[in-house]
Order: sequence, then C-alpha cells, then structure tokens
Amino acid sequence: MTTRRLVLSRGAALVGAASTGLLLPEIVRAQSNKIRVGFMLPYTGTFAQLGVAIENGVRMAINEKGGKLGGREIEWFKVDDESEPSKGVENATRLVQRDKVDVLIGTVHSGVQMGIQRVARESGVLSLIPNAGVHAATRALCAPNVFRTSFTNSQPTLALGKPMMDKGLKKTVWITWKYAAGDEAFEGFRDSYTKAGGTIVKELGLPFPNVEFQALLTEIASLKPDAVACFFAGGGAAKFIKDYAAAGLKDKIPLWGSGFLTEGVLDAAGPAAEGIMTTMHYADSLDTPRNHQFRLDYAKTFKMQPDVYGVQGYDTGLLLAQGVAAVKGDIGNKPDLYKALETQTIDSPRGKWTMSKAHNPIQDIYLRRVEKGDNKVIGIAAKALADSGAGCKLA
Amino acid sequence: MDFANLLIQLLNSVQYGLLLFMLAAGLTLIFGIMGVVNLAHGSFYMLGAYVAWSLAARTGSLALAIVLGTLLSVAFGLLLERILFRHFYHRDHLDQVLLTFGLIYIFEELRSILWGDDVHGVTIPDVLSASVPLTENLSYPVYRLFMSGVCIALALGLYFMISKTRLGMKIRAGAFNRDMAESLGINIKLIHAVVFALGVGLAAVAGMIAAPVASVYPNMGSQVLIMCFVVVVIGGIGSVRGALISALLVGLVDTFGKVLLPSMAGMLVYMLMAAVLLWKPEGLFKQ
Repeated sequence: MTTRRLVLSRGAALVGAASTGLLLPEIVRAQSNKIRVGFMLPYTGTFAQLGVAIENGVRMAINEKGGKLGGREIEWFKVDDESEPSKGVENATRLVQRDKVDVLIGTVHSGVQMGIQRVARESGVLSLIPNAGVHAATRALCAPNVFRTSFTNSQPTLALGKPMMDKGLKKTVWITWKYAAGDEAFEGFRDSYTKAGGTIVKELGLPFPNVEFQALLTEIASLKPDAVACFFAGGGAAKFIKDYAAAGLKDKIPLWGSGFLTEGVLDAAGPAAEGIMTTMHYADSLDTPRNHQFRLDYAKTFKMQPDVYGVQGYDTGLLLAQGVAAVKGDIGNKPDLYKALETQTIDSPRGKWTMSKAHNPIQDIYLRRVEKGDNKVIGIAAKALADSGAGCKLA
Repeated sequence: MDFANLLIQLLNSVQYGLLLFMLAAGLTLIFGIMGVVNLAHGSFYMLGAYVAWSLAARTGSLALAIVLGTLLSVAFGLLLERILFRHFYHRDHLDQVLLTFGLIYIFEELRSILWGDDVHGVTIPDVLSASVPLTENLSYPVYRLFMSGVCIALALGLYFMISKTRLGMKIRAGAFNRDMAESLGINIKLIHAVVFALGVGLAAVAGMIAAPVASVYPNMGSQVLIMCFVVVVIGGIGSVRGALISALLVGLVDTFGKVLLPSMAGMLVYMLMAAVLLWKPEGLFKQ
C-alpha cells in the first residue's frame, strides 16, 4: 500500500508541478537519478561508420571508468542525424526537449554541427563535439557549455607549413574543394606556410564533391611548383591520390596535405599513395604504450580496428567521465562542471592534451608519411598546437 | 596557357565529355522513348562500379568482371522494367519521380548491406596501366584513352543501331507513334523492355569502366546524376545526338572553367544550361 500511496502522492505532486509549468523538467530529472546522455551521430549514409566508431569510443572510455558518470547510472539516447544539415536543429531539439538529455554528444558533419550549436547555445545543454571541425563552434560562436575533443579544420594544416619549408619546398600550389572545410583548412596552411617564408603560387579549387581533377592536374603540371598541398577526404581523396599518380606527378612534385587525405582510403588508393606526407593529431601506427593498449582493447571489444574517429569518441568519453566525476555527479552545478571540463588533462591514445580557453584541444600534431599502405609517424610537426579561437569571448 | 597545355586541356574536356555522354545516353533514351523520368539512373552507375569492384576482386580480371557485370546489369534492367517500370509508363511524371527517388534510397541501402560503406579501389589491368608522357612533368594515363575509346565505340554502336537496324526502326516508330506502331504488329512491350535494359546497361558499363579511375564509394551515383540531367536538358530530351554534343560542350565548359575562372567553376555549367534554355527552351536537338 505504501508504494501505491507514494506513487499517488508523487503523481499528484507531478500534476501540480505540471500545472505550474516551469518546474517540470527539474522534477522529472529528480525522479530518476540517471544521467541522460544523447548521441546525435550519423548512423546511415556516407559517414555511418564514423558515427559507429565514435559511439564505440565513448562507451569504451566510460566502461573503463566503471560504466557510470560520477557514481550515477547512465540512460542512453540515440538520434541518427543522417549528416543532413537541414535537419540539424530539429534533431538536436528532439534530444534536448523530448528526451531531456543532460549531455549531447555529436557530431561528424560541420553543417549539422551548426544546428547543434544553435540548440546548445539556446538551451544551455552540455554539448560535446567528437569530430566536426567547423571553426565557429570554438571561435565566434563559442559557448561555455560547448566542448570539442577533436580538432578545428585549420588545426592539422596549421602544422603543415613549417615541415614543408624545412624540406626546402618554397613554392606550393594549394588545391581543395571549395566549401567551408576546404576554406578553413586553407587558412591553416596559408598562415603557417607564409609565416615560414613559403610562397603559395596558386590556389586551385573545385566544387564539393566534384571529383573530375584532370584539368587541375594539367594546370599543376604547367605551373611546376616545388610541392602540392591539399585538403580532401573520403572517396574523393582516394580518387585524387590515384589521379595525381596517374598523371605522372607523384614522383616529380611531392604531395602534402591535411591528414584526412590518407585516413581510411589507403587500401583504395594502393601504391599511388606511397610517400604522401600529411599532418594530423593521430596516426593508427603511433608507437606509444598508451596507443597500443587502446588499440588492443578496442579491437577485442568491438571486433574491428579503431581509427581516428574511435579515438576522438574515446576522448569524449574520458572527458565526460573525468569532468562529471570531479563534481561527483552533480551536473546541475554548471559553473563547477564547466570548470572541471576545462581543466582536465586527457590521457588520450593520441597523446596527452588539454582544453584551450575556447574549448578546443591543445594537442601535438604528427608528421606522417605513407609507407606500405600505412600512415607512419616520422615526428611531431607541431607541439601543443592550439587553435587561435579568434572571436571567442570566453576567458 | 601555352599551346601544348591548351591541347591537353582539350583532351581532358573530350575525355570527360565522352564519359558524361555514356551516362546521359541511357537517361535520354529511357525518357525519350518511354517517357519515364528516371532519377535512379545514377544508382545504376554506382551499382555498376560496385559490381565491377566485387567481381574483379573475385575473378582477378577486370575485363571478365566487365563482361559479367554487363550481362548482370542488363538482366537487372529487364527485371526492374518487368516488375516496376512497366506499370509507370502511363503514369504522371510525379509518380515516376517518386518511384525512382525511392529507388535511389533502396539501392544505396542495398549497396550498404551488400558491400558496406568503405571506399574501394579497382586496379587497372597491367596492359592499360602505363602512361604516355606529354610534357616534361605531365603524362596521360593510357587507361583514360582506353575509356574514351570505349565511349566512342558505344556511341557509334548506338548510332548504328538506332538509325540503321530493324530494331532501331521499331524503336523510333514506337517513340513516334506508339499506337500506330502497335497496330502494325510491333511488340511495343518488348521494345520498351529492351530499351530500358539498354539504358541501365549503359549506365552500369560507364560505372564499371570508370571504377578504376574514379574509385568506388557510397553516393557516387548522386554526384553524376545532376550532371547527367544537365547534359540531357541541354541536348534536348530524348535526342541521343543532342546528348553527345551537349556532353562534349559540358566537358569543355567544365574543364576550361576550372582553369580559367576557378571562382565560378561551380556555376559555369549551369549558366550554360540557362543560356541554352533561354535560346532554345526545348534543348539543342529536341526530337
């Protein structure tokens, strides 16, 4: 009888709260002590595997910390964002308003991220970005409740200029898709390369995701630069690498790029990719005990090899677990929670990193060369590299 | 741009134009003869590429994969026509668009289930893997020349079939006046099935031939689909000759646009389309 009476009285309290309106979310949250974590990731379409890798990483990190957040159980929610920017706001709103998540983890596509950013800024929900590199999220539109665990689009290329000049490559042609990520990657390259004394002979571009490169390769051959630097990713990257080699440029003009050029496409590109130099915040072959342990555990748990996206998901899980543990599960205490998230050091498979003032990783960027179908790390291109966070007012 | 460079860029344009033609020919045939708007045309290109990749990996020979793949895709086309498209010839274009738009999703999902979401490479056969040096640091892959050769052969074959053979006469008769052709004893149903399978086959072959240089990746069909429609619209819907000329034109504008006006490269082809439509609203060679 007591339980039934309890239910009844609580129910009455709920109805009362509902009629006053405002209190409802607090009451519902107080009812269950679980922390509500929502994934908004691509589970279908081109980026489906990235979404799965990120979720795997998050779960693995939290399981390693005992499967709880600050001693509280977790209730998971999932939304497939389909990498569809036009549904970004709607999908994020669904997680925040319908599912009432405390934490929103997502996403991969920068356009969708801008939708999440809007919802995060308006609702104040804690938003963790496990991949999308769009500048605005940690620059002009940065927010105290938004944290990124991956990179900004210009971060890998910000480490590209110096090693190129060190190799004596003084004149470079830049080529990319003309869209936000390509333009932002160019910004990093331009700043670092011209600062190191290099000259950008010409900027070539084609509309995203056009893959008819032949005309531009002919143009590159006639310009005869010391090197070519680029930003491409996914299927288009594989095609660019193959076309570059087939045009006879591979052995005459060295190809450099942001590391996404050679992530997940080396099998498809085959021997054409040998010798390509890239800069990125991780490499599968990174030779540290931390990385070896991570790769072994991930492969055992999920029966597949981890990639950079799995690592970023893992770091998101670590950040969340460490941050919530620091406030002993009291995520309602936002100032302390944000402070805790800002000050964590993440012992990542990619190497230790910390948060910048604008909430983006300060991290080492590795210089890598493609050797025998693998991104071999040949050194650190830039130590503890931070994004400028230009325009972000968080202090 | 010096003269040698100009010639090479011309070669690039023709080569791209021919590949576009091969894709657009199937689309324009299916629309011109059966009046079906087929948005799923790009998916046949994608399926062709994936079939070539998986068969080449299994048989070890790209040539064999292309032969088998062509037979498979024609059979697939016949089957699709039989169970789906046949019932849509007389329906509204909106119904056809809905059907074929749905098919795009079904084919993408099928692709994901059968072959996964990875990017794959197809090796160029040894005989064709060489490159011809053109300038001191640029060479032209033999395989690209081979692709152009295949496209030209198919264009000639299509022309010959449509204008010189009995089957071609029946196809033209059916497109011109269906009822009259039928009352003269021509089996229009069979003709339609053949044309549809031919269209699917052309798109799939384009995908298979392009696989080694384009790589094989999800959504590759939707990228070419829009270009295909541009080609068909400029050329005049239903005209194979129009498709050829317009494909070459689009290749030219796209290639030189990228080099000479890089900031407008994305728009130029569509501006060409708008200009042609203003001048000739039915396209260059409306039948």
